[in-house]
Order: sequence, then C-alpha cells, then structure tokens
Amino acid sequence: MTSDVPLWEVFVRPRRGLAHTHAGSLHAPDADMALRHARDLYTRRQEGVSIWVVPAAEITASSPDEKDSFFDPAADKIYRHPTFYELPEGVAHL
Amino acid sequence: MELLALGDDALIAAQRLAEWVSRAPTLEEDVALANIALDQLGAARMLLATVGDEDELAYRRDDHQFRNCLLAELPLGPSRGDLDFGWTMSWLLMLSAAQLLRYTDLAAVADEHAAGIGAKAVKESTYHLDHATMWMHRLGGGTEQSHRRVQEAVDALWPYGHELTEGVRDRWLAIVEPVLAEAGLTRPADRWRPDGGRVGRHTEHLSYLLAEMQSLHRAHPGAQW
Amino acid sequence: MPAVAGAERLLGEVEEAEAALREAAERALDGEASFDAVIAADQKIEPRDAMPDAYRAGLIRQIAQHAHSEIIGMQPEGNWISRAPSLRRKAILLAKVQDEAGHGLYLYAAAETLGVSRAELDTALLTGKQKYSSIFNYPTLSWADMGAIGWLVDGAAIVNQVPLCRCSYGPYARAMIRVCKEESFHQRQGYQSLYVLAQGTPEQRAMAQDAVDRWWYPSLAMFGPPDADSTHSAQSMAWKVKRFSNDELRQRFVDMCVPQAEILGVTLPDPNLTWNELRGHYDYTSPDFDELMRVVKGDGPCSRQRLAHRNRAHEDGAWVREAAAAYAAKKNRKVMA
Repeated sequence: MTSDVPLWEVFVRPRRGLAHTHAGSLHAPDADMALRHARDLYTRRQEGVSIWVVPAAEITASSPDEKDSFFDPAADKIYRHPTFYELPEGVAHL
Repeated sequence: MELLALGDDALIAAQRLAEWVSRAPTLEEDVALANIALDQLGAARMLLATVGDEDELAYRRDDHQFRNCLLAELPLGPSRGDLDFGWTMSWLLMLSAAQLLRYTDLAAVADEHAAGIGAKAVKESTYHLDHATMWMHRLGGGTEQSHRRVQEAVDALWPYGHELTEGVRDRWLAIVEPVLAEAGLTRPADRWRPDGGRVGRHTEHLSYLLAEMQSLHRAHPGAQW
Repeated sequence: MPAVAGAERLLGEVEEAEAALREAAERALDGEASFDAVIAADQKIEPRDAMPDAYRAGLIRQIAQHAHSEIIGMQPEGNWISRAPSLRRKAILLAKVQDEAGHGLYLYAAAETLGVSRAELDTALLTGKQKYSSIFNYPTLSWADMGAIGWLVDGAAIVNQVPLCRCSYGPYARAMIRVCKEESFHQRQGYQSLYVLAQGTPEQRAMAQDAVDRWWYPSLAMFGPPDADSTHSAQSMAWKVKRFSNDELRQRFVDMCVPQAEILGVTLPDPNLTWNELRGHYDYTSPDFDELMRVVKGDGPCSRQRLAHRNRAHEDGAWVREAAAAYAAKKNRKVMA
C-alpha cells in the first residue's frame, strides 16, 4: 500500500491437465508473500491446483502499435492449419 | 487433549483474529487474516459439535466454563483494545504450532470422526504456521523498529506458551525455536508459567470477549437466527 | 425459504455477458481497429490500446470509486462479526466481508491497468479526493441490518453491476464477471437471514422491519441522481461503459423488490408504491436526492468515522509495510552479491 510495493501478475492452473491462465494481479513486497496472497485471493473457492506469480515489471509485452507487423504475417500461412489439407475419403486417424 | 478444550481454543482464537477485519496493514493481509479466522471458526464448529450443540456451547456458557488456554484469549496487543500486528504474528506462531501438534495427534486417534477433523485441521494449521513464520522472518529481519516490536511481543507472550504446550512442549520447541532463530529473535527464558484456562480460571480478558460475542444471542433467548 | 425472484435471472445475465465476451473475442476486426471501431463492433478495449483521455480518466474514476466502495463497505458489516448470533452466521458474515476485500483488490488491479498506481488510489481514498458509495456512510444499528444490507444494498449493487459485465473495457468487464459470480451468495444470504427474522419472535420481526425502513431509500439512492441531473451518463453510455440509465436501473430494482418484500412479510416504507398497469412498472417515491448529495459531499452519519477508520488502519500498518519492504530489499541485495 506504499508506492514501492511491487505488482505481481498471478497465473492459476485451474485443474490438472489445463494450462496456467492469468487470474489477476496483486501487490506484495516479495515473491513468497505474493504467492501466499495469491493463494488467499485467487483460490478462495478452490479455483486452482497450482499458482505462478511473476513480477509485472519483468513482463515484456508486444506493443499494440506493432500489432500489424507482429501478427498479420501469420494470417496468410493457412498451410499451418490441418484443415488446409484435403484427404482422400476413408483415411482414418489423421 | 479434550476436544472441548481444542474447540474453545479455536473459537476464541477466531473471535480474536476477526478483530483484524478492515484493519490489517495491507488489504492482501486483510484477506489472509480473515482466511485464518475462518479456518479457526470452522475447526471450532466441528469440534464443539462433537461435544454438544455448537451455539449452546459458544453462547450460553460463562467464562469459567470455557476450557481454552489463556494465550488464545489475550488481546492481540499489549492491553485491552490494542491490535498490534507483531504481537498477533507472535501469538499465531505459538498457537498454530501447538494446534498443528494437537491436530496431528487427533488425526491418529481410533475414533474416525474425530480423526477426520484432525486431518482436515492439520492442513489448515500448517498454513497458519507458515503464514506466521513468514511474517516473523520479515518483522524480525525488517527494520530496527519491527525487530524491537516483535521481540517485545514474543517476550510478553512466551510465558503463556507453557500452558499451551502441556504434554507437547519438546515437539513445540522444535518448531518454534528455529523460527525465532531464523528471524534473529531471542528465545525468552522460561520463568513465569501462568495457567488455569484448562480448568476455567481465566484472565480478565475472556469475560469481555464473551460479553461482546454473546450479547445479541443472550438478549433473545430461544430465538432462531 | 421461497426462491428469490430475479436473482437467477441476474446470474443468468452474468453468464450471458461472459459468453458475449468470448464470442466478441472470436470476431476478427478488419484492418487497423480504431478505438471507435472496436466500440462500434462491441469488442473490448484492452490496456495498451489507444483510447481517448476522457475514456481513460472516466474509467479510472469509476473503477476506483467502485473499489473504494468495496473496501469501505467492509466496515458497516464488519461491525457485527463479533456479535453474530450464531456461529454459522458468524462464518457467513466473515466470508462475505472477506470477499469484499477481495473484490476491492480485483478492482484496484483493473484500475491499475489504466496507468494509475495502487499508492495513488490509496491516497485518493484516504484523503477523500475520490469518493465511495454513499450507502456505506449509514450506520448498522442492529443485526437485522446484515440481512437488509444483503437483500437491498447488495441487491441494488448487483442490478448496477450486472450490466458492467458487458462494459467496453476488458479488464473491468472481466473483474465484474468474477465479482458478480462471487457475490451471488451475498444477496441470497441476506434475504434468507432477513426471512428468518421476519418469521421469528416479535422482537426479531420488529428488528427486520426497522432495518428495511432505514435501508430502503438509501438503497434507491445508490443508483445515483435522476437521469436529468446525471453528469457523466451520456458519454459513458456512448462508450458502452454504462449500458442503462440510473432511472432505468432504479426502476428495475424497485420492480424486483416489491414481490420479494411480500414474500418476506415486511413493508417497504413507501405509501405510493403501486403497480402501474400502463407503464408495466411499479410507481414509487424517489429517494431524497438532496440528502444523497449531502452524504456524497461527506456529511453522512458515518462519513467521518469510515474515513478515519481507514486512515487509522493505514497508519497503524505503516511499520509493518516498511519492515516487509526492508526485508525484501535485504534479500535482493543478498541475491545480487
């Protein structure tokens, strides 16, 4: 609650077999406390089986200004998707 | 140890911890302390229900009928009405370490129902102890002021640890002493050993706590809520 | 206990808002999506997107006020935790007040994505620079107030908040979905608690009626000034932050409460409350908006007390926060060495 308390991003794995997803953020002076606060704040209703906390300042994000150059080039590479390939009838398990 | 005594420890501890609601040093800690209070209250309800009616036991007994240890009923600061965070964490360290041992023993008894309560409460106490330990390290190793304040709290509360740990003292010391050492705090000498809680001879503080807790319930005898 | 009419419907709307959020995310926008195009397409604005300054400032003000309300709102209910008349009620109330702290934290986090720091937000609350909901400046005088707050105050809050699940700002919409889902138990427990009192001893019944008498108009005032006097409404609706006007939401709340009051067996303190066949709504007496403005400006019965309590907690905790920061700094130095 003072200006120096770092911000942490919290990622929760909801169940075994699922990836960690971003749940929110919180303030804590260090990683151990961030982890414990994350447990108390974001899994009060059994929402998770595993938690990551990451210092928000350590996250490098792509910029919205570069959105086009970053992501649009992938748009025409439809051959990366399995639906691009037509298969002869009767082929299974592919 | 008697289930009633264990249940009273948890009930009175929950009532004390709930005093922190909306007053903690950070909002994140407010949530954490409420979690611990809820765990204590949950354990108290299960334990009291094995002995009788939980509300009859909580609301209709006078102070001399309570069997909690003196530590549980002490104000969470040097005097009545005080709320001191260093004091509270020292108190929680002592209490949760003892509860962890009592519940571990309870989980091993033959009675399946009682053992089930113990097994659930062991997990909760482990977390409470972990929370207190984390803060003892930070307060003991933080600033000069925090070190001084938490040492004063440990010194003041230490005598009440004797009654708290009757029968499990060595195991309890094996948990608590390393925490104090790691936090750079001095383990107080064993001198004064206040007791009486287990036979219903309490401090002056318990009847105030009960007066507040029981006031509404007692004002409406027989009412349902 | 009879079912709370409307509660399921509102929770259904939260689910729909969540589905709409996912569905909107699937719809790709053509080319360079400007702020206006995103809003027009009912998509979400995300933290690092370009946005008008007034949109950002308005959202910060609104989300902060919302977060502050959760935090100050812990006090009037926290007031009765120690005296809850059964252990079950004590546990429920404690869990509810704890949720409010949690919801305040979700909302502070959403506000921070707009470039304001938590420290700035704390200071704005502690100095009274930013407001919180005027409702929390009223005292909780009896146990029945816990029920009345759950039913009326949380009920009004949910009516206000459910449309915010569709707000155009992504982090706020997502926080509100989470908050609304978690709060669905708050209103129910309040109603059920009041129901038990209303069926109880004569003293309990009187306690329940008195609480409803005191909380009804302040709850109506929670929807804000009438549409004609509402300063932020029009722009807020155009930007899809707000989806319904103050008066629309107030009417929705009144229509919900009347049948619920009948089932409870309490009387809403408004002699003019009558069904209007033509409008298809209940006619009702408006709350005293002059009183609302006085309370908003800091002259509510508990305004000074609530802020003093928050400031005291902040000051008393300073040494603890300093200790934790000092410890973290020492540990960091050790890692660097």
